[in-house]
Amino acid sequence: MLVSILISVGFLLACGLVLAGLLVLAEKKILNYGTCHVDVNAGRKVLDVEGGSSLLSSLAEKNIFIPSACGGRGSCAYCKLKVQEGGGLIGPVEEPYLTPAERKDNVRLACQVKVRRDLKIEIPDELFSVSRFRAKLVHKKPLTHDIVELRMQLLEPGSISFEAGQYVQLESADYKGHESVMRGYSISSLPSDKNHLELIIRRVPDGICTTWVFDHLKEGAEIFFSGPYGFFHLSDTQAPIICIAGGSGMAPIWSIVRDMKEKGIARPTTYFFGALTQRDLFFLDEFRQLEKECPWFKFVPALSKEPADSGWTGERGLITEVVARHFPDASKHEAYLCGSPGMIDASIAVLTKNGMPEQSVFYDKFS
Amino acid sequence: MTPLSEMGFLSSFLLIFVSAAFTDNILMARFLGMCSCLGVSKKVDTSLGLGVAVMFVTATTAALNYLVYTYLLVPLRLEYLRLIVFIVVIAAFTQLVEMIIERVSEKLYNSLGIFLPLITVNCAILGISLFMLNKPYSFLQAFAFGLGGGFGWFLAIALIGGIREKINEAALPKGLAGPGITLVVIGIMALAFVGFSGMIKI
Repeated sequence: MLVSILISVGFLLACGLVLAGLLVLAEKKILNYGTCHVDVNAGRKVLDVEGGSSLLSSLAEKNIFIPSACGGRGSCAYCKLKVQEGGGLIGPVEEPYLTPAERKDNVRLACQVKVRRDLKIEIPDELFSVSRFRAKLVHKKPLTHDIVELRMQLLEPGSISFEAGQYVQLESADYKGHESVMRGYSISSLPSDKNHLELIIRRVPDGICTTWVFDHLKEGAEIFFSGPYGFFHLSDTQAPIICIAGGSGMAPIWSIVRDMKEKGIARPTTYFFGALTQRDLFFLDEFRQLEKECPWFKFVPALSKEPADSGWTGERGLITEVVARHFPDASKHEAYLCGSPGMIDASIAVLTKNGMPEQSVFYDKFS
Repeated sequence: MTPLSEMGFLSSFLLIFVSAAFTDNILMARFLGMCSCLGVSKKVDTSLGLGVAVMFVTATTAALNYLVYTYLLVPLRLEYLRLIVFIVVIAAFTQLVEMIIERVSEKLYNSLGIFLPLITVNCAILGISLFMLNKPYSFLQAFAFGLGGGFGWFLAIALIGGIREKINEAALPKGLAGPGITLVVIGIMALAFVGFSGMIKI
């Protein structure tokens, strides 16, 4: 009896060990691509990476961070870049995300391209200045019932340089069966405050990252993020400015307007802040103070769902209607929009109807 | 009917192949391998890819498991371990094949290799290896049984894929669209395959 138990256990063990050993050996022998050279932007940087893993993770190992929200599973399509040589065939996972024009331009998803041989790739120059930061959460302050402000002290690297309007990718920690994900949030702090970073985050029901921020993240905790990313920033023209943003979309505008004040840029600016009711408003006092200090700045909060008898004396109605009332002629202005795709599309429609050329509209779509 | 052992090699091979593919269709008559079939049969080309991968794996693992069973498990009197040993052998084998395909041909990897992890623990493949033991097959006959079983599965998923591609265009009631109608389709097709049952007795 005992012997037969021992034999069966021993046999299974041996069987497992032999097969596992075989697989390990096979992986070493078969999937060994050796060191591959990755040429970034026609020789600007040449990286020696160990072949076999995805281009996205190989680049991250060499401190080049391509934006990615899904963590390399091939579902967000943020990590697009040009692979001019050595990318191989387009795989079935990335196929649905690439338009015919992109295919012709050799655009690929970095997470789906495996480094098997020497590669030639092209990435936007801005990505060279992106780093991954370790930071400590200094405070987490509720701004409204569903929006918080996070302030972080940067630990490593200890400082960041960015342009007001850019965003970072926050990495959530593992919690309750959710793996770490990365989500983009606009920076709300000033570029001159190099050792700190602030974000304004709105709770997304069932959102993996925002649930972590609201329910699991505690003051004093360590946070990781990469950045800065994005092309949303003040242009260097002299045109007067219309800003439209609601909710947590205020973050980049809050940074840009204060940055203008610091740098003495006095372009006439009107900021339309759209919200549902009074409980969704925040930073009112701060913006009123800014209005007093800067004669070129005007702040217009507008509520769309405020009860008629509430005593609210400010603007009412959809933010697009309010903007149209204030600027029947917007042909000389520039617009900076930040918020949901629906709000941005509606705003663009109103602004272009009122004479604004489409190339004067800059926006940062949250999705 | 002449017993298998007395038949000519080719006729026994053919007979086993046909019976495994049609009268004993692993998907339609035994309802094994249903989950990956429902998941991947939305389009004909992916159905074909997965079907070919399954056919390849069933044929090779049936042969491999036959050897493991006859030359390891039977002499050691460990026949009762066949289920767990077969699972481990199949899983290791598919992983190995995936690696080899990835190294050898990127094109083949894109059309076939990506399906291999899907079928590492596919019940149809394990089922064929286990059913194979019910009959006193020789090594080549076991291989024929695996090949035929895999071909049956390939045939079934290819047909389902073709029908689903057409049905996608149809105006279906909301509740029936997707998995609902697919199960109805599979049920009707299974009726046809059940018609074959008992035609070949080996």
